[in-house]
Order: sequence, then C-alpha cells, then structure tokens
Amino acid sequence: MENSVTLNNEKNPGFNSAFASTKRKKGALTDEEIIKDLLPRKFGKQGIVWISILVLFCLVGAFAYFRQLKYGLIVTNMRDYASWGIYISNFVFFVAISLVGSLITAVLRLTGVHWSTPLTRIAEIIAVSAITFAALIIIVDMGRPERFYNLFLYGRLQSPIIWDVTVITTYFFISLLLLYIPLLPDMQILLASKEKSPFTKLYKFLGSFWKGTHMQFRISKKAINILCIAIVPVAFSIHTVTSWLFATTYRPGWDSTNFGPYFISGAFLVGAGAVSVAMYIFRKYYNLKNYITYEHFDKMGKVTVMLALLYMYFNVNEFLVPAFKMKKPEQGFLDSLFVGDFAPLFWAAILGGMIIPIIVLIFKKGRHPFPMFIVGIMIVVGAWFKRYLIVTPTLLHPFLPMHNVPASYKHYFPSWEEWAIAMGSLAGALLVVTIFARIFPIIPIQETLIEQHEKEHHK
Amino acid sequence: MDINNTSRKEFLASLLTGGLVMAGCSTKQSPFEAGAEEGTKPSGEKVKLLSVDGDVIEVDKAFLKPVPQLPAVTNSEARKGIPGKKFVMVIDLSRCKNLRKCQAACNHMHHVHSDLNWLKVYPMNEGEHTAPYWQPTTCMHCDEPPCVKVCPVDATFKRQDGIVLIDSDRCIGCRFCMAACPYSIRVFNWEKPDTVSEALCGQPYDPETSLPQKKGTVGKCDFCPDMARKGELPHCVTACPNGTFFYGDLNEDSVTNGAETFRFSDLIKDKAGYQLMDDLGTKPSVYYLPPAARNFPFEKGLEIDKG
Repeated sequence: MENSVTLNNEKNPGFNSAFASTKRKKGALTDEEIIKDLLPRKFGKQGIVWISILVLFCLVGAFAYFRQLKYGLIVTNMRDYASWGIYISNFVFFVAISLVGSLITAVLRLTGVHWSTPLTRIAEIIAVSAITFAALIIIVDMGRPERFYNLFLYGRLQSPIIWDVTVITTYFFISLLLLYIPLLPDMQILLASKEKSPFTKLYKFLGSFWKGTHMQFRISKKAINILCIAIVPVAFSIHTVTSWLFATTYRPGWDSTNFGPYFISGAFLVGAGAVSVAMYIFRKYYNLKNYITYEHFDKMGKVTVMLALLYMYFNVNEFLVPAFKMKKPEQGFLDSLFVGDFAPLFWAAILGGMIIPIIVLIFKKGRHPFPMFIVGIMIVVGAWFKRYLIVTPTLLHPFLPMHNVPASYKHYFPSWEEWAIAMGSLAGALLVVTIFARIFPIIPIQETLIEQHEKEHHK
Repeated sequence: MDINNTSRKEFLASLLTGGLVMAGCSTKQSPFEAGAEEGTKPSGEKVKLLSVDGDVIEVDKAFLKPVPQLPAVTNSEARKGIPGKKFVMVIDLSRCKNLRKCQAACNHMHHVHSDLNWLKVYPMNEGEHTAPYWQPTTCMHCDEPPCVKVCPVDATFKRQDGIVLIDSDRCIGCRFCMAACPYSIRVFNWEKPDTVSEALCGQPYDPETSLPQKKGTVGKCDFCPDMARKGELPHCVTACPNGTFFYGDLNEDSVTNGAETFRFSDLIKDKAGYQLMDDLGTKPSVYYLPPAARNFPFEKGLEIDKG
C-alpha cells in the first residue's frame, strides 16, 4: 500500500513524515484509512436525487431567463420605484456568503488557528461558487446584458459599479488560487490511488506538474501565505463596495455611514452559518465523523456566536439611531419595517437570523452538530430575507410621493420568473459545490495527514 | 464606397444625396453608402440637382437613394452641449392646477407611454397644518447630478450647457442612476416601447430628442435641447395654458413661458424662488416659485388626478 501511494517519497517531506509512522496507537487512524476515507466517492441514491432536484431548479431558472431575454425585464415585477428587486438582494447575498472563504482560510490561518484546517476547502468552494453566481446574477439584472462589454470600453472610475467589478474579479481569482494550490498535493494522492477514478485525466491536466518536492512545498506554502494576506483587504473591499452601491445614494435606509461594517459583519455571519450547514451535510453523507468532529462544531459555534453578536451590534446602530430621530424621509421607511408591511419579515429575520441563533449557540449542547445545522439554516435563510429587506423597502419609500404611475408600481412582490431565476442561481451554486465534492476531496487529505502526524509527534 | 469602380457622375450623385444630411453624418452608417452601388442600372429618369459649386446637374433617379433620417447633431456634439448656454427652468407653483397638459405634450412628443411619464405632477403637502399644492416635476438637470456620478459607462452625462442626457445606445440597464436620483424622475423601458412607431425604431438614436426609446434602457426628461437649438421652447412649456413653466438661459438671465418674459434673477428674488431638496447638494437647474396667492384652488386639480 505504502509504495503504491507514495511518489518520490524521498523528496516529499509531508509524505515522508506522514507515512513514517504507520504503526499507530489504538484508535488512531492510519494514513491509508485517512486517504480511503477522504477520497471523493460516487453519488449514492440520495446524491442522485439531490443533483436531479438542483438541475431541475437550474433548468426552470434558465427557462425563466430565456423569457426575460425575449420579453425584457417586464417579466419581472420590478418597476420604476422598486427598480431593483430580488436579483440585487440575491447578488448581495452571494457576495456576503462568499466572504466565508476568506474568513475560514485566511483570517483563521493568519491568526494561527489550526482546528479550521479540515473546513478550509468547504469554505473556499462555497466562496468560489458564490462569487461566480454573484457575477452571473448581476448580468441577469441588466436590461442590456449584451452590452456588458461597455463596462470595459467606457468604464468610468467614479462609479461604484466599476469598483465592484474590479474587486469581485480580483476576489474570484484569489479565491480560485486558494482553492487550487492546496489541491495540488491532494491530486497527487488521487492519481496514486488504487481506486479507479473517471477524473484521472482532469487530475493529470490540473496537477501532474506537482511532484511534491521540497521546493514545490516551499513555494506553495509561501504562495498560500501571500494569498491569505492579499485576500483579506480584497474581501473587505468586495463587501464594503457592495454596500456602497446603496450607501452612495441619498435614500432613506441606505444613506448610512454604518453600511460597510454592517454588511461585512452580516457577511461573515451568513458565511459561518453556511459552513455549519455544509459541515453537517458532508459529515453525515460523506461519513466524515472522524474528521469533522464535535470539537469542530463547538469551535465553529463559538465563532458564529461572536459574529452574530457583532452583526447585532451593527444592526442596533443601523436601526436604533435613525429611529431615535425619526427624520421625516426615514419615518415611512422605518415604520414599514417595524410595524408595517415588512414587519413580519423584518422581525423574523432579526429573531431567526440573529437572536435565536445566539441563544442556542451559547449553550454547549447548542453547538452539537444537529442544532448547529438547524441554526445554520436559520442564519442563512434569515440572511437571504435580510438582503431583501435592505433592497426593497428603501426603494418603495422615495422622497417624493409615489404618484402618476399605475397602482402596480407602488408595490413589489417578485414574479415567478424572478423567483425561478433566483432559486435557480442558488441551486446552481449548490450544484457547483456538490460536483466539486464528487471530483475532489472535500477535506484536504495532505493537510490532514500532516496534522495527524504532528498530533502523534506531540504525544 | 469604392470610388475607383464608380463613375464620376455616380459619385457626385451620391455625394449630393449624402450632402443633404451632411450635418448629421455621425452614425456608423456613412451617408455616402446610400448612393450608387455597383450594379445599379440607370432608370432613364433624370432629376435636376444643385451641385456644391452652384451648377445645376442632371442625375439619374436610380442613383438617388433615400438616406435614413440622422440626428441633427453628432453624438459627440450632443455630449458637449450648446456652447455659451446654461439652461434653467422656473416652475411657478401658484399657477398649476394639475391640468397635465404638460405631461400629455411631453408624452406625445417623446413617444412616452403614460405608465412612464417623464413629467409627473405630485400632490404635495409638507405638514399637518400646511396647504396642499400641485408640483409638476421634471428632471432637475442638477449641476452635481448623482445619476451621472454613479453611471458606470458614461451613458448618462452632464453637458456644458447644464443639461443631463442619456445615450440609449450605450446604457447597459443597470438602473443604478434610478436608485441614485433622489427625485425619482428616471423611468425604465421594462419592455419594448410600444408607443414608438416602426419607422422611428429604425432611426439612429439621438440623445437630444431621446428618440427612439429602447428596451432595457433608462429614459427621462431631456429639457428638449433639440427645441432649444431651433430657438423654440420645450413641449411642456408651450403646452401649459396657465404659463406655469418658464424656460431660459442663465447666462442671458432671462426666462420665458412664451407669453411673459422675466429677468431670471428678478423673478427668483421677487417670488422667493427655491430649489427642490437643495440640502442634498445636487444643485438643480430647476427652480420653484412657492405656491403663494394661487390662481386655482387645490381641489380643482383633483378632478383630473387618478393617483
């Protein structure tokens, strides 16, 4: 077994050290077992059903988009007052959730936290997939998607949209590299594996240059460190700039200097929620109980509580201060959130997306896998609706009266096409994560081996 | 056009046809292309034309082809504006009774659908014990336009004569300008504009007339620079029977509603003119005269108002 897995053993410090001690104490996993556990595996029945559902959602979304291209944005229920709708709130949601890649990979790595290692790849693929769909959904929202290239031909630097295009593109490539570089040693393991994989050609194409030499490990480590440092300001930028798409206008509810940190804290929270959900699902359906442990859930739960408290702090700032003053233009907007049309959604998002998760997660039992899963879902769903509440109520409370327009212009509820496209994009993002987990190990094998060895060593 | 392959006569003919619209040869389609093509057979019917040298020449009718109507000014000229001008509007709120003739004229002349009025008349009432009044609202053509600031592709732009226009050939339909405008005056062509005739649809877009409106792009009041070039007043100004709208040039310090002409600075001083939401720092080019000593009771306007 050992010979079949190791390539250039003498040049590969990670391998050498990891394989040096195959005799373990009772209960500890051997390297072969770890590799076997973590290799990507074929979809079972449940997996196929899951994929089919996602594909179905994507197809319905694609059909709705076809209709939108044909008839124009008239198929949506956006009109001159509510000129942005769930496409934009969905975009903000995607940008928010993508921030988790930088949190788990970069922030925790740079601060010397090691328990998050098995979660890095989950976080990073969520980030890459979410940021891709953020870009797609923005194109869906455009009235003239075929003129997208105008952004490059005539782009003007003072427009926050240009800033957004710039930082999102940058973030996408850094995230992609942070996903790819740590994959290289794993691809070597995959290629060496006895189990036949239909993706051998892909592994060879992507990673055959990786021989696992000292030099390569050194370069890779350095590159990851540089990327981890570089991604932090870029991650802060993507969501700050996204918040500025709103905060640079005069509108009640958007005209706020609090918006940057408000968005970033919310983004970290929803990202942590999404990772908790993903942790639970991968643990359960990929049988990773030995790799994603109670300890991981416990620590992730503590991080989530901290982030939820932080987000709550910015929420208090965002709503309490204007509510104290009740400036005239803000009044209608705040009333609609607190007691008006949007009140049920607003309080549900505040309670379900923040307060209840905090209460559950401060208890040790609340940080067990299943409660964490439920809380994660609450946070993610709450966050999605929170983004809707950031975009829509403001637009329906302009400074001048809503007058001289058809009655339908004064309200907004998404049309079926909008729902289909928004849900299709969410399904698409999940599909990317699912397919990725089919092709590549969702828990980094190489890093797990090294950590396992270090643990042994310390004993 | 390949000059070598055409006779001098044909070339001249095409030159002349093109010459009719020389002023507007701005679009991708060169007006010279409309002239003789290879393989055109003379019809035998001759037409007399005046050459550039002042000679009368005869040209075969077959070589004359209609040239599409091109914008009166080039795109770059339309982006620059009319030199030496600074257009302003004064709206006298004491004269408005919500007749909406301004709106009808604007919609008709700009082929605007009534769902997407560029000019809206709002019933305003600031406080509990204040009196209501009607407020016609056009684009403010701000000197610090928030819409222009946020446009990512320079599709909406500020000209040196103060007018803010839209290039519908460039607009990507992101609607950021609509979110940015505190006056909510921008509208969006959510579908193919049904008010625009097929003939008009085929014409190249002119930012100064804002025609033809295009699906998936933003539209708004353009202050009628095409009329200003002709020395005429915007459609809303001439349509109002009560003379509510005054239009003019700040540099000349005069505004007129067609019947009456005022010195702009005097009018603003005497009637305590103000700008809408000037506290936002947008510096609007539209001024309002307060609804003092109104010509009509507010209730008169309710008959027409449909909400």
